[in-house]
Amino acid sequence: MMRLRLFGTRGSVAVSGADTVRYGGNTSTVEVREDDGTLLVLDAGTGICRLGKQIQPDTRRIDILLTHLHMDHIQGLGFFGPLYDPAIDTHIWGPASSTLSLEARLSRYLSPPLFPVHLRDLPRLTCHPVPCDPFQVGSLHIKTSLVCHPGPTVGYRIEGKDGTAVYLPDHEPALALREGRWLGSEWISGFDLATHADLLIHDAQYTDEEYQLRVGWGHSTYRHAFEFAAQVGAKEFVPFHHDPAHDDDMLDQLLENAKRQFKPTCRVSAGYEDAIFEVGSRV
Amino acid sequence: MSQPIQIILMRQLAGYLSVPLFLVDPKGNLLFYNEPAEAVLGRRFEETGAMPAEEWSSVFTPLDEDGQPISPEQVPLRITLTERRPAYRRLFIRGLDGVSRHIEVASIPIVGLQGEFLGGAALFWELPE
Repeated sequence: MMRLRLFGTRGSVAVSGADTVRYGGNTSTVEVREDDGTLLVLDAGTGICRLGKQIQPDTRRIDILLTHLHMDHIQGLGFFGPLYDPAIDTHIWGPASSTLSLEARLSRYLSPPLFPVHLRDLPRLTCHPVPCDPFQVGSLHIKTSLVCHPGPTVGYRIEGKDGTAVYLPDHEPALALREGRWLGSEWISGFDLATHADLLIHDAQYTDEEYQLRVGWGHSTYRHAFEFAAQVGAKEFVPFHHDPAHDDDMLDQLLENAKRQFKPTCRVSAGYEDAIFEVGSRV
Repeated sequence: MSQPIQIILMRQLAGYLSVPLFLVDPKGNLLFYNEPAEAVLGRRFEETGAMPAEEWSSVFTPLDEDGQPISPEQVPLRITLTERRPAYRRLFIRGLDGVSRHIEVASIPIVGLQGEFLGGAALFWELPE
């Protein structure tokens, strides 16, 4: 059974305070575990710091899958304890650019003056550029694809023996809408990756009104995310990458309004910190 | 099967331009042309739909500036697909509405982050007579 736990659900920048306690203030990080011990970490936002403290002492390999290198998705990386443990092999998967390797791009953050430790000084780190051919980590089969978001950005499709989870935290497929209508599936960013996902974790950062001032910034509204989930035939959908300006009450309201307005045929679950999903069923 | 993101983005870009743009896959199959291109080519994209390279490179009856036929292989976008480089030419085409138009065409290859060849795009303008 593949089990996913949300350690960071916030987009753009971490927030704190009493009004964001329930959904959480940490930026994007999701833990994926299989029964056989396979461990993936999706993105290295500030949520990865707490995740790092819960790694079992007998863990020998961790794969961190970065969707892209915007700060809210890598800021926690330097504070992920297992990176410094010489007993653990850490593999980082993430997009290179046309001119810089993944290592060189990450080193822009993990080096002075922004950070005291050099990436090259980490004991057992291997970097892998994506997108790439499908690859296997333990019992999990992983597919990658570039998706619509500024700069090289991928989504991940993770296939376990019992089902499939898809992670698209930063995604603006609605740029392809013409007069509010979706084009055919071949013209929808991320469609192949997300099709028939048992669990879809997808960007839902904006309200319709906010989006009008942020077209092209790489994110979705609740409307876009609900429609994308319907287009790909997801069985369960989790709105994710919450705007830092949206407090808990507003996120509750946005979710309820969207359910009422769009009448999804799939299950929709709130994306809050520490929510746990077993593919196909909620714990 | 989804198109590569670069092709999806190119189509999106084309939808927001007033410059005519014609988009093909690596084999030259027509994927899309935008509304400004419809005015030059003489038919709406919804009416033509996708089209193989052999068809579009002859259906618009390309002629050089002396009125002589241009072989499909000498059309800029076909050169871009074959040689994977930009190409440019002035020529006449006869649109699907039967009207002859004097245009100039600049075509570019679309190459992904890892050097993968994804197709080509032709930008073209109608020249004032």
